[in-house]
Amino acid sequence: MREEIQLETLLEKVMAELEKKLGREGTSLSKEQATEAVIHAANMHAEDEKTDEPRSLIPSPKWQEGLAELIASTPARIGVWRAGTRPMTKTMLQLRRDHAAAVDAVYGEVSDALLREFDLFTVETRFENTEIYLKRPDLGRIITEQGVKTIKEKCKPKPQVQIVVSDGLSANAIEANLRDVFPALLDSLRSYGLSWGTPFFIKGGRVACMDHIGEILQPEVMVLLIGERPGLVSANSMSAYMCYRPRKGMVESERTVISNIHKGGTPPIEAGAHIGTILSKMLEQKASGVHLII
Amino acid sequence: MKTKITLLGQTYQFRDLKEIMAKANEEKSGDQLAGIAAADARERVAAKQILADLTLSDIRNNPLLPPEEDEVSRVIEEGVNEKIYESIKNWSVAELREYILSHDTGSDELKRISRGLTSEMVAAVAKLMSNLDLIQAAKKMENPTHCNITIGQKGVLAGRAQPNHPTDNLQGIKASLYEALSYGIGDAVIGVNPVIDTTDSVKDILLMTKEVMTKWEIPTQNCVLAHVTTQMRAIRQGAPADLIFQSLAGTELGNKAFGINVELLQEADELIRTQGTGTGPNLWYFETGQGSELSAEAHFGIDQVTLESRCYGLARRFNPFIVNTVVGFIGPEYLYDSKQVIRAGLEDHFMGKLQGLPMGVDVCYTNHMKADQNDMDNLAVLLASAGVNYLIGVPMADDCMLNYQSTSYHDIATLRELLGLRPAPAFEKWLEKMGLMENGKLTPHAGDPTIFM
Repeated sequence: MREEIQLETLLEKVMAELEKKLGREGTSLSKEQATEAVIHAANMHAEDEKTDEPRSLIPSPKWQEGLAELIASTPARIGVWRAGTRPMTKTMLQLRRDHAAAVDAVYGEVSDALLREFDLFTVETRFENTEIYLKRPDLGRIITEQGVKTIKEKCKPKPQVQIVVSDGLSANAIEANLRDVFPALLDSLRSYGLSWGTPFFIKGGRVACMDHIGEILQPEVMVLLIGERPGLVSANSMSAYMCYRPRKGMVESERTVISNIHKGGTPPIEAGAHIGTILSKMLEQKASGVHLII
Repeated sequence: MKTKITLLGQTYQFRDLKEIMAKANEEKSGDQLAGIAAADARERVAAKQILADLTLSDIRNNPLLPPEEDEVSRVIEEGVNEKIYESIKNWSVAELREYILSHDTGSDELKRISRGLTSEMVAAVAKLMSNLDLIQAAKKMENPTHCNITIGQKGVLAGRAQPNHPTDNLQGIKASLYEALSYGIGDAVIGVNPVIDTTDSVKDILLMTKEVMTKWEIPTQNCVLAHVTTQMRAIRQGAPADLIFQSLAGTELGNKAFGINVELLQEADELIRTQGTGTGPNLWYFETGQGSELSAEAHFGIDQVTLESRCYGLARRFNPFIVNTVVGFIGPEYLYDSKQVIRAGLEDHFMGKLQGLPMGVDVCYTNHMKADQNDMDNLAVLLASAGVNYLIGVPMADDCMLNYQSTSYHDIATLRELLGLRPAPAFEKWLEKMGLMENGKLTPHAGDPTIFM
């Protein structure tokens, strides 16, 4: 009870903070980011109270220090104890809270500020809206006629490496990771002596939109940085899908993927460097997916 | 073959068996996405009525995907026992349903007719069955299998420990595994989905899980769910794998998208038999799920229930130890909400069991689907009642690597208690030795992962 009230108070505080920020800096922050901030703050708060409240609810573990070690080694919800065979109330409600946040992440948007920062212009797929996007993945694989025109106008054709960013199922994933991944990726490409074309952003993209882009621009290799469907531990997880000579009719096993790019998973900066390495291997071996030996 | 029917004052003329099969399905967003679903409830029931009167030979004589064009069709055709087929080929699908449900038909009878059925016939009868029909029919079928231990006996509910970690950190995987074991979960398999699909990573995880098994003398089997070719490389380099894993699709083209074909599976089969660490005879772990063929644009206008059934037709060629339909993983474009997920879970479990398979179900959902944990509670109870061989165990149902929610260690323990089910006998003995279980109930020590440190 006490904690719930504190959480609400915190929510108000953080919202007020955000409003201040919004007014001052003019950045747009989504509801999900706000929630994330609140959860983060709440966790920090819980950590503040750690001295008188152990994190695990197991009453008398065989090895108390060992338990802390286990819990620290994974974001999985372990050491949670039980009421009979059922979870404790606190653990159960944490799960419900995180599910609520993840559901909201699906409906977020990537901010214009971020796109401007990396000089990414925007094209759309035929998805129309989130509801249709969820039910019709086929529409997320095709770029609108207008989009095709824009790409042809603005992009360098037949680049060695084509970089594309898309919100996919979590705009928040792009917001949270692009600032780290993007520069690290460019550094990595430079270090391998690779050149890249004109990067851009696709709204409402699915992984296989790579095929359509491949047809339009005919790059040697391509990487798509796309928001994964949000999980509970992180609603901000991004994937990098890569393939050699993307074109119509490619099968999934011809793509190579690095998933789980977020603070608690594959660190974004590391991921950026790793993508560069994989792309250079693809160019070397002229292959991707299961045909690529890493 | 009859393709026309008048119902509620309207005449319905169907083009072919493919259309009848698709439109007879319960509502699924995947069939709608493919543009093959019934337009409304009336057309759906019209298709069901036509299907009910078709004979099994009608279905076999009108292949949805001819064996000459598709190797999965060939595997299914080659698996048919002609003597048994001859004895039932004039049955209507309605008669097949009633035979399955009859009091006089038990596990042995169902095993026998199973050899005369194609996957399409199994799918057809599932379309005529209600959820409770699917539960009762599945409950009759006992398909136990043995790798290092036996699971799947009547009264046994096993669990897969799925201790995934977002960076494949071995300590982190171990931590979740200890938690699983402390709740009595892990008798089906200790199965890890790796983030990094490389030989070394797979080798490391296989070695670590095997070490834990050896140290604590745990009667179970290990598996790392990487692509089959990666596992094969790891095994050839000496990694200890009891089971070999692969996801399957119901068409040759769908399997191509997974980077596999029957020849490769046979090669892997040979390898796990000669280089694997499992006792056998059942050494495969397959996963499937409605919608994967459509997702890979490899569905040929065939509905997702029938395609799923064809996965089982392919799986049975390899006598797997466990098969798992990951029912709500693929997303709302194939199964939109909890109602569709529950239906699909029951269909898949029944269709797999009728094809002789040791079926487990990953009762699960993603965060972009209209479902929540309460819906999974419901489906888990239904499947446990239907005699599912095993369920998936994830810490608090939240898989922090695959980004979806399944069933938890707590859930499996609860279902066992609720329905009087037990872990696999060999595993239960071990739990007793460890002081974690007494008379089928968890002891006060259960739930403390530090006992394994």
